Amino acid sequence: MSANADNEVWTLAEFRGAAPHGVSFELLAWGRDIADAKRASLASVAIGSEIDGEEINKLFAYGADKVYVIDEPELAEFRADSYKKALEGLTRRYAPDIFIAAATTRGRTIMSTLYAAIGAGLTADCTGLGIEPATGLLIQTRPAIGGNVMAEIKTPVSKPQMCTVRPKSKRPLTPDAARRGEVVRYKPSSDMLTSVIEFLSFEKEASGGLPIQDAEVIVAGGKGMKGAKNFELLSELAYLLGGAVGASRMAVDLGWAPYSSQVGLSGKSVTPRLYVACGISGAVQHIAGMSGAGKVAAINSDPEAPIFSAADMGIVGDVLDVLPKLIAAIKSAR
Amino acid sequence: MRIAVLIKQVPAVDSVRIDEETGTMEREGVESELNPLDLYAVEAAARIKEAGKAESVTAITMGPPQARRALSHAIAMACDDGVLLSDAKFAGADTLATARTIAAAIKRLGKFGVILAGERATDGETGQVPPSVAELLGIPALTYVSRIVELTEESITVRRAVDGGYETVRAPLPVLLSVTKEINKPRLSTLAGKLRAKRARIDVLRASDIEADGVGLAGSPTRVVKVMYPKVTRTCRKISMNDDHEGTVREAVKFLADNSFSDARVEGVLS
Repeated sequence: MSANADNEVWTLAEFRGAAPHGVSFELLAWGRDIADAKRASLASVAIGSEIDGEEINKLFAYGADKVYVIDEPELAEFRADSYKKALEGLTRRYAPDIFIAAATTRGRTIMSTLYAAIGAGLTADCTGLGIEPATGLLIQTRPAIGGNVMAEIKTPVSKPQMCTVRPKSKRPLTPDAARRGEVVRYKPSSDMLTSVIEFLSFEKEASGGLPIQDAEVIVAGGKGMKGAKNFELLSELAYLLGGAVGASRMAVDLGWAPYSSQVGLSGKSVTPRLYVACGISGAVQHIAGMSGAGKVAAINSDPEAPIFSAADMGIVGDVLDVLPKLIAAIKSAR
Repeated sequence: MRIAVLIKQVPAVDSVRIDEETGTMEREGVESELNPLDLYAVEAAARIKEAGKAESVTAITMGPPQARRALSHAIAMACDDGVLLSDAKFAGADTLATARTIAAAIKRLGKFGVILAGERATDGETGQVPPSVAELLGIPALTYVSRIVELTEESITVRRAVDGGYETVRAPLPVLLSVTKEINKPRLSTLAGKLRAKRARIDVLRASDIEADGVGLAGSPTRVVKVMYPKVTRTCRKISMNDDHEGTVREAVKFLADNSFSDARVEGVLS
């Protein structure tokens, strides 16, 4: 094992197809802060097939000093096992100090096997990262028990210090197209490229909309929407606000919305800039999933609904009366 | 084939109360329950067995002696027996130390064709343990499984949620699956099930019973250094449609526009 990257902070760029997903640039913003605080260098790891040079340059533009590239035809489709093995090879070869990935389904899947293979520490779904001045160790802040507890976690001995960070928990840096850095190509051994998982097919999310984890604005509906058909009102408002549609557990269990849009303890925890809760009473489990939002608006006919105590703006009224009026007002102002 | 289900006892979120004065979580009187997302894994295991494709379902958990209750719940639903990994040496484990303990226990318990787990637990909310167990056992992990399409003696085909959609993949057995709540509707435990759970075999395995290094707090690479109880500090401005409803709509729209500023579609509202 070589230790020539022992003062490097790595972030995993998430290539979905030819281009890195936007969350890759958010990770670079986190990584830049951490690397600067440690006087370390920041590297992005690009893994996939036929990775375009322009896309690598984007990683530099958004803050990377170095990009490790693993580019193999066998890695064209994401396979948990081959991706893990190739990244394990890279990590053992260069031994970074810190390795950060996104808390997406892919990032969580890769990191949850990679850290176990290496015997490192992994902290899930962080919403804050910092460096402890005395030790230079990574301080990882994450919510638990539905956001009722915030824990600070560190990894005192094992390297790399690994974590996943929640998407939308930081804005990407302003890109500097002139920035360039070093490209290091890594060639995995042939056994690292094999997978026992056979890919059969892919189907796009039926709603076709923006995934809620990626949305700046979420318009979410609950029992007060009174039916699947009324979710069209939420789609319309979400469209006007440039956002995605979310749902409470009740609405998902009633079949009005897909599980992928469920916000809360048994669904997703989200951190949009704006969360609009429509006809959602505000059970503890729901609030757990959205309390990290920037601003919260709630519409509910019950002035005592608990959702109002988790909101900045409360509109007391029947959501099926309020929503069309909001939509009409926004449309007429365009 | 035999099936294992990995489960966890968690604090019941319904019983978590926040002290209004201090904003801290009240720990007194918090009840425990079987992790709600594990119910789907237990149900998936039960359905495999009922389809005649497995002879037994074993629920496995790590925890204090009281965690036996979570095993009883799983057995009352549909499992045949349970294994409780309980030892002071296991206490304070992070996800890796937990995974090492469970993987070592599974090695000792013999071959399982399919190991099932919930997507994550509602207390720690990491979802890291199941894939780590698979890694330590050297078997494939299929995460976020929303449907089991086909199970044969040699392989399993599943549909799994990925970012932006679903993929269908096939993997050889043995395999570990973590399942989402889309996979089924879990059954309730019946009185007959509860009686069965009373008679069912629950083995307790201690550190000396399994060959595991790096367990418990001592074997955990991560350390919790601080725990904070964030206080919700939102002050709600409440406006009503019953009063000046035009004014209410105007103010609400302005709030939405002001706070979704990346978007040009509502810009006109501000002028």
